Amino acid sequence: MSALLEVGELSKRFGGLQAVGSLTFSVGEGEILGLIGPNGAGKSTVFNLINGVFAPDSGRVAFRGMDITGAAPYRVARLGLARTHQIVQPFAGMSVLDNCTVGACFGRESLPLSRAREAAREAAQLVGLEKRLDAPALELTIAGKKRLELARALAARPALLMLDEVLAGLNPTEVAHMIEILRTIRGRGVSILMIEHLMQAIMSLSDRIVVLNYGTKLSEGPPAHVANDPAVIAAYLGDPGIVQRQPQ
Amino acid sequence: MLRRPFFWIIAVTIAVFAAAPRGTDVELRESLLLAAVYITLASNVNLMLGYAGYVNFGSVVFFGLGGYFCVYFMGTLGWSIAPALALSGVAVSAAALVFGLGILRLRGVHFALATIGVNEAVQAFVTNFEPWGGSTGIYLSPELFQPLGGPGQALWIIYYLLVAIMGVSLYLSYFIKRSKLGLGLLSIGQNEDAAVVLGVPAPRYKALAYSTSAFLPALAGGLYFFKGAFVQPADAFDLTLSTEAIVITMLGGQGTIVGPALGAYLYEELRGWLLTSETFANFQLVVSGVLLLLIVQFAPDGLMGFFYRRWPRLRRVFE
Repeated sequence: MSALLEVGELSKRFGGLQAVGSLTFSVGEGEILGLIGPNGAGKSTVFNLINGVFAPDSGRVAFRGMDITGAAPYRVARLGLARTHQIVQPFAGMSVLDNCTVGACFGRESLPLSRAREAAREAAQLVGLEKRLDAPALELTIAGKKRLELARALAARPALLMLDEVLAGLNPTEVAHMIEILRTIRGRGVSILMIEHLMQAIMSLSDRIVVLNYGTKLSEGPPAHVANDPAVIAAYLGDPGIVQRQPQ
Repeated sequence: MLRRPFFWIIAVTIAVFAAAPRGTDVELRESLLLAAVYITLASNVNLMLGYAGYVNFGSVVFFGLGGYFCVYFMGTLGWSIAPALALSGVAVSAAALVFGLGILRLRGVHFALATIGVNEAVQAFVTNFEPWGGSTGIYLSPELFQPLGGPGQALWIIYYLLVAIMGVSLYLSYFIKRSKLGLGLLSIGQNEDAAVVLGVPAPRYKALAYSTSAFLPALAGGLYFFKGAFVQPADAFDLTLSTEAIVITMLGGQGTIVGPALGAYLYEELRGWLLTSETFANFQLVVSGVLLLLIVQFAPDGLMGFFYRRWPRLRRVFE
């Protein structure tokens, strides 16, 4: 398994707060890596540092062997790294199809408009939005907007997908559906780096998990290993039985 | 393209403009000429305002600079009209690209203020620029109309050229809206941060739109000031015209293609009526100001936005 994304000694400070401190990890080709940790641990900041929304104070980020440290987000997207936002960011006045077409047009393959529409339709279908293609994004429910976030990112046909809490705020049926979608995406060879608070989901989906606390790595390894790590239990999980009781 | 009703709507509009004023009907021609200028300015303001969501309060700088370049090329350097116009457009677009790369880092209100700053700065520069006549401006000799067949015929030629520029503006709005550039601009207008994360090269696209929106207004300005045979800073860089272009775009419907045309026509009619009415003659700008307030408050999508909400199918016909 060669590394698709390599994060080395990444640090970011906001005023007096060390948001991310000397963080190192990597995501392999075809892997699903879970990123978990308490609120405020710096998970979303790590995403923002990787895709160039923020420039890190130090450290480096390499994607597909290229140094992308501090590169503009649109360049990073072009290289095949797509992401969703924890707080959905739809183009509210544009249709679902147009939203996805933006992803396809400006993502990794940088498709011309007509072929981008096809890719956009496919992505919308994959997440189950094929019946709402002409609806303005603002008319979607929260679950719908979460799916739209995912569809837009997928339409770019990325090599790596970074998902920031795509399951948060969904009801159990919607969560089950979303997990199915994520498995399908993975089955297509897309690597995934995901932030999630829903333990049952992340434990069952991830190949490996990185645990963050106060911006530094607390633990790393396969889900079972991480779940039984005393440091993780003390800082975050609080209950060692959490994995055993919620098999998927 | 040819199968879309919209193509024909523009074609008919151009044909009506071209055919309506006959021989001696100079009054109608002058009124339609102003409407054509308004439509050109509003359509191009719309590229930034309606598509990318950036309010350009200083768009008149393109019109005025176009006028200055053209008058200078013809009057002082003795060029004929075609190369003078073409080079004016290119020069103003290039200048816009330079301004744009500077001020497009700003967003929202800050950008809007900067566009006024650009206009003021250019006006201050021109006022002190002796080759362009400083604050007195440049007069053209009436002899310059001779190659076009004398002043009478020249005014008709200028009118037809302005109508052509108006037509190109409308088609350009359409092509951009239906292009990848248009999709990127619209997404920037909706949520620039999200657009950038999805891969839209926002800095380049915005600069491109800003520069493109300078070209046709520069040509219109070149013709307009050639027609008057005189250009001076106070006329060329009058912010009133910028404000009117925004009122027109908002009135007709920002982001739509027919909107600026409809808005320009209505505005020109209203303006004509106000200027000739005894009661309102001095209050024409007050009325535009109130109009803008009402639109922003009650109908931010303008007339076309209102129509499209009531009858969504219209959107496919009129764009």
